[in-house]
Amino acid sequence: MATKVLGPSGLRSLIDLLHAGGYTVIGPTVADGTIVYGSIASIDDLPIGWTDTQEAGSYGIERREDDSFFAYNVGPRSLRHYLFPPRQTLLTIEHAETGLRFCQEPPDNIRYAFVGVRACELAAVAIQDAVFLDSPHADPNYARAREHSFTIGVNCAVAGGTCFCASMGKGPSCTAGYDLVVTEVIEESHHEFVVEAGTEDGADLLGRVEGRQATDQDAGVVDAIVKETARNMGRAMPTHGLRDLMVEGFDSPTWDSVAQRCLSCTSCTLVCPTCFCSTMSDTTDLVGTARRERTWDSCFSLEFTYLHGHSVRSSTGARYRQWITHKLGWWHDQFGISGCVGCGRCITWCPVGIDITEEVAKLAGRAEAIA
Amino acid sequence: MTAKTPTLAVWKFASCSGCQLTLLNCEDDFLSIVGAIDIVYFPEATKTMADGPYDLSIVEGSITTAHEAEQIQRIRASSTTLITVGACATAGGIQALKNWADVDEFISIVYPHPEFINSLGTSTPIADHVKVDFELHGCPISQRQLIEVIDSFLHRRKPNTPSYSVCVECKLNETTCVMIANGTPCMGPVTRAGCGALCPAFNRGCYGCFGPSETPNIASLRDLWHSIGVADADLALALRTFNAYAPEFREASDHYVG
Ligand code: SF4
Ligand code: SF4
Ligand code: SF4
Ligand code: SF4
Repeated sequence: MATKVLGPSGLRSLIDLLHAGGYTVIGPTVADGTIVYGSIASIDDLPIGWTDTQEAGSYGIERREDDSFFAYNVGPRSLRHYLFPPRQTLLTIEHAETGLRFCQEPPDNIRYAFVGVRACELAAVAIQDAVFLDSPHADPNYARAREHSFTIGVNCAVAGGTCFCASMGKGPSCTAGYDLVVTEVIEESHHEFVVEAGTEDGADLLGRVEGRQATDQDAGVVDAIVKETARNMGRAMPTHGLRDLMVEGFDSPTWDSVAQRCLSCTSCTLVCPTCFCSTMSDTTDLVGTARRERTWDSCFSLEFTYLHGHSVRSSTGARYRQWITHKLGWWHDQFGISGCVGCGRCITWCPVGIDITEEVAKLAGRAEAIA
Repeated sequence: MTAKTPTLAVWKFASCSGCQLTLLNCEDDFLSIVGAIDIVYFPEATKTMADGPYDLSIVEGSITTAHEAEQIQRIRASSTTLITVGACATAGGIQALKNWADVDEFISIVYPHPEFINSLGTSTPIADHVKVDFELHGCPISQRQLIEVIDSFLHRRKPNTPSYSVCVECKLNETTCVMIANGTPCMGPVTRAGCGALCPAFNRGCYGCFGPSETPNIASLRDLWHSIGVADADLALALRTFNAYAPEFREASDHYVG
């Protein structure tokens, strides 16, 4: 596919063209002390010259010494906020002259262009596609949002403190799921973006902006950047035999020990880009309209497993076990892939800094000690 | 729904009236409520003071006098459904701080004529005295949740009032976690949702107005607060506010008060 090298003005044109094409452009931006997906009017809204610092249970942003556009990692929001929003009204039921009127909420007509999407995020979207689309009951709202979206990926030039996509085999370079992918190259003499098309739509858009043809040397630079990023991952997941470890570790003392610290606050599941659980509630109002609403839910809430009088997973240990064994174990049985892409969000945004890679290492250590 | 419009009585015990005002503040929805339910006893809003029985009693406030302790028995006996609203009615309220103090000493200092004061040594939630059908938490309660509870009563359905933590509402609202991003102490992980994560949305930590969440891990929150420089004495103060006497907050504050 076509590859071109753009300067900052070329990147500006790309985003302007997306707007002109009727897209709602979503990309990283600085808001509330975080670098988070939001509306992008032009490249000036990108976090130019900013980076983030992420550790278990801690997050901050700071200025860099250069004018980099993409030198940070993922924020608390993921693309599921747009493709599978936190709250959705699915159905309204009203009194009609005769009987009741059922109105299915029409899906949003928004066409999203997602800019600055990391490899882990692209992998997460592929996982959510498997959940929401590859089934006899594809989710129509999700399908619509996906069908009409345009995606510009970014190869990570820095790795975050909680990132471990390399060990999950999901990054730091984008391999699929993008229309265009950008690698930012900053050297003393120049600031450029190597942009490669992944689809016809991407190639078409790229053809319409000013830039020079990429050379083998550019390809070498891109390769070196992502290799360096892979070497600098903040964390690593011990992936060997992970699914079986989840089965064997079912009665491990790890769960009770993590339950001492776990607040069952649900944050890990709600920041995770692949979690898909929701609850359906039917509400009425005083004038006689009924609504069916879908709201994100989490296996850390008690009501999640409330069945006839009690919660099946009443202990925090059982709920933590559900989260991690689902991500790393049962997901393989359900969807043929791992439910974790190594984005590190659950580690950064856990108030008490519980680290999924560390808990797996403990579990593996215990399993080894027993064996 | 039955053909007859159900009757509603609104009762006040020891409280600031803020939760009753939440009902009056419902504005447009208040008119719909009045259309759907017959308000037969609500001294703060109407002159009618009909005798029971009542289909629904909404009770605000805690029990702090012997007279109140008797009155709540009569209300229970004349109400088909009894719902308590607010931190006072569900947990004893901020006045439950007296449960840790010498009330006679307070009375002698505060009142010029202590002999006129006839108060119990404790402030206790309504459920300590009578069977309560549903508790709506908050100080004050959320208007949205109050309407939801009345509406669910009218339609004989289960109210949607989750007991998970405030953190869920932060996440649903896409509010950045103030504890993680700013190191601000936040009670959210041990506090029941319902307010819509109001304080974190204004960059402040949660104060715990809605009382304990379904499975509060206060010991772990304590370790976390230590790491951001909050001492046990301050944690105990944070626990001893509006919901001080809610069992989980009470026990933890006793433990950490030092
Ligand atoms: S489990 Fe954690 S690291 Fe893995 S995808 Fe989810 S949030 Fe990212
Ligand atoms: S980890 Fe929990 S919230 Fe996430 S998909 Fe699995 S069951 Fe659902
Ligand atoms: S692991 Fe962390 S983020 Fe997840 S529920 Fe427990 S305390 Fe919350
Ligand atoms: S700000 Fe408070 S309530 Fe919100 S997620 Fe953070 S700890 Fe939870």
